[in-house]
Amino acid sequence: MSIQNSRLTATQYEQNFSDIHPPFETKDAALVEANRCLFCYDAPCTKSCPTGIDVPKFIKQITTDNIKGSARTIFSSNIMGAGCSKVCPVEKLCEGSCVYNLMDEDPIPIAKLQRYSTETAMEQKWQLFTRKSATGKKVAVVGAGPAGLSCAHVLAREGVDVTIYEKESLGGGLMTYGIAAYKVTPQFCKEEVDYILSIGGINIKYNQELGKNITLDELKKGYDAVYLAFGVGLARQLDIPGEQLDGVVDAISFIYDIRSKGYDKVAVGDKVAVIGMGMTAIDAATQAKRLGAKEVTMLYRRTKEEMPCTQKELDIAMLDGCEIIWLAAPKEVIGEQGKVKALKSTVMKLGEPDASGRRSPVATNEEFTIEVDMVIKAAGQIPFEAMVTGNGLDNSNGKIKLKDKAATNVAGVFAGGDCVNGGKEVVDAVQAGKDGAQAILNYINAL
Amino acid sequence: MADLSTNFLGIKSPNPYWLASAPPTDKKYNVLRAFEAGWGGVVWKTLGSQVKNVSSRYSAVNFNGTRVMGLNNIELISDRPLDINLKEITECVKLFPDRAMIVSLMADNNRESWHELIKQCEDAGAMGFELNFGCPHGMTERGMGAAVGQDPEIARMVVEWVMEKATIPVITKLTPNVHSVVPTGKAVVEAGTNALSLINTIQSVTGIDLDTFVPNPYVAGKSVYGGYCGPAVKPIALKMLASISKNPVTNKVPISGIGGISTWRDAAEFMLLGATSVQVCTAAMKHGFRIIEDMCDGLSNWMDEKGFKTTADFIGKSVPTLTHWEDLDINYHHIAKINQDKCIHCGLCYIACEDTSHQAINIAQGKPYNTYTVKDEECVGCNLCQLVCPVNGCITMEEHRVAPEYINWKEWQAKGLPLNDH
Repeated sequence: MSIQNSRLTATQYEQNFSDIHPPFETKDAALVEANRCLFCYDAPCTKSCPTGIDVPKFIKQITTDNIKGSARTIFSSNIMGAGCSKVCPVEKLCEGSCVYNLMDEDPIPIAKLQRYSTETAMEQKWQLFTRKSATGKKVAVVGAGPAGLSCAHVLAREGVDVTIYEKESLGGGLMTYGIAAYKVTPQFCKEEVDYILSIGGINIKYNQELGKNITLDELKKGYDAVYLAFGVGLARQLDIPGEQLDGVVDAISFIYDIRSKGYDKVAVGDKVAVIGMGMTAIDAATQAKRLGAKEVTMLYRRTKEEMPCTQKELDIAMLDGCEIIWLAAPKEVIGEQGKVKALKSTVMKLGEPDASGRRSPVATNEEFTIEVDMVIKAAGQIPFEAMVTGNGLDNSNGKIKLKDKAATNVAGVFAGGDCVNGGKEVVDAVQAGKDGAQAILNYINAL
Repeated sequence: MADLSTNFLGIKSPNPYWLASAPPTDKKYNVLRAFEAGWGGVVWKTLGSQVKNVSSRYSAVNFNGTRVMGLNNIELISDRPLDINLKEITECVKLFPDRAMIVSLMADNNRESWHELIKQCEDAGAMGFELNFGCPHGMTERGMGAAVGQDPEIARMVVEWVMEKATIPVITKLTPNVHSVVPTGKAVVEAGTNALSLINTIQSVTGIDLDTFVPNPYVAGKSVYGGYCGPAVKPIALKMLASISKNPVTNKVPISGIGGISTWRDAAEFMLLGATSVQVCTAAMKHGFRIIEDMCDGLSNWMDEKGFKTTADFIGKSVPTLTHWEDLDINYHHIAKINQDKCIHCGLCYIACEDTSHQAINIAQGKPYNTYTVKDEECVGCNLCQLVCPVNGCITMEEHRVAPEYINWKEWQAKGLPLNDH
């Protein structure tokens, strides 16, 4: 057993990481589905979208061959509508509430149709928004992820000059660095960021980390308002013996490497254990398998009833051949000569509901050990608590507390996205960015 | 097993489905394929003086992704030489003597031309004639087609010429491009036509190319009005058929129904309004002759379910139920009811009623599904909600009579009863 890279050929990598949700091949294909849409009133799909995209309208616009209008409908609610069409867990959002489900019929493929309109707009480089004349107001945004970009775009439209400070060398945040490559390619993420920036009035300063290259005080002094959208980033530790062994990695950096280094540069074990059952765990497990791992086993403390990922995501993992062990909590990573050799776990059972409303896992006396040479931790991410506290921001375990939809306790400082909610979908972050921009506009216009 | 065989003035066919006079019946090759597929008969594409056709010839109206809801054509009568057509008619009759062979005619506008054409076709083996008084384009400019059918007196004159010569049944085909089909219908019945058929195509412009700004169909940068047919015209055809079936003069002769018939259901409707045979064109042009299979099978199954042994058992059955507005029962009232178990919460009933009708549907907000219920006291029973509901049987119209007795508008007025509340 060993951890190694370059397990597959270039062709195999390409096949394994090709688009899992391919687009419509032709306009006719899109029209067949678009014409199925019933054009619901006060549509459940729209109500289930965190950004409230007017889904029936944009689909109707496809049927009338008004693709430009369709793209504008999407982007005016969600500037990352193109990316969301690839990464949203639509089965629990818009498509999950499509009324066709109630007829036991396949829902309208809303994401695929959304991709059709938004990708056309991006390919054609349609500039669908006009920037109002400059107001002279300046806002700093920390983090060029979905929340930061969404906030910046709304502000730019309103004539505000926005400077984004981004610690990485590319924009897009977890869209660019934290999502399975078969859902969205780094190339697409770059194009999406460029498309968002094409409105003008947004300047991204890369490799600028809050607390390292810049301070909140400097930003407060230099700008009329500051929007914090730095996300979460630290992988939750398992706090078990053996966690420091060679071969224990966290899912975020594993996925980050796949996206930033290239498939053949990322080493993966023969037998991989993935801890957790959220979207990131799925992305890590499936990609480990697709990089050539022989066996991938996912362990989760609770049962399928409580899992954070959707059934559709679980299906991807299972179709990729990942093993699932429910009611198992890692207890110790066993090593040999400093390298991972096995994972010992405790068998759990379900107890009383916890704070999340889900039944909590309770340890039993039973244990089991599986032979593995790599352990990927995907048990959630934790907020940048030290930075949040250090800047005097009210918080709850590091998650910034808001007074209303976007304002922090510090005057002129607003926040949104994962650094507030602890880690949700891209689409939630986009909405947070819109809310943040509105709050900032109200604030700076009153200055 | 119901008997679909049809006897139209002695012209027999195994089923009531004839292919209408049109491109599918322009030559032997097509007609033999149709007979092999099972069509009961054909009306051979109109014969007359020599013409030349243009390119293109058709254009269509699509609706919500469904193609050819309506079809428009600018083709003229048969552009093949008469002798070839006659020879092929003879050959087809010989191969399929059990099928109806009607020949559509449009002679030049004089007695001799009609007499000559009639003789040639009878000699070729035609079993009946259909006089084309309806073609709305191309021929009208020459004083033929709709130019004849739109003037009852000219139509009467031509039919009189025809009846002097014809020894086989004569069907006169009526144009819909008139305010009413009845005057010409009456004139030609009085002139002795043995039967009527309707409708011919309706003058139309199907659409305009938004890039070239030229209407369809496109012919070298120009277009002309064409003749519209297909499913879109069916309701208009049914109305015109009904008016012929209800008129005491025109309802004395058998009728061949035409206009957007695509399925056995359409055919049954035409027959319920008085058609003895039905003619099909657009549906065959869209799908090929194989559609005849379900047209026969479906009609037969329906007849069995309803206990009809022959088509005569139901031809014209619905005619008496069409009445005058002032004879409708004002005490009849029904109210929409939404079946909550079937409702999929699309809100289409609500928005239709709220924006365009009587604000009779209540909305209770839910996330993501709203609940919709009918305000009984506001519902006028218009059916709109039921019509727009995408789920069959979800919205039903339940009878709630205002009073048990029948009363019509005239009686209502005479008694000085109150008008609608507002």
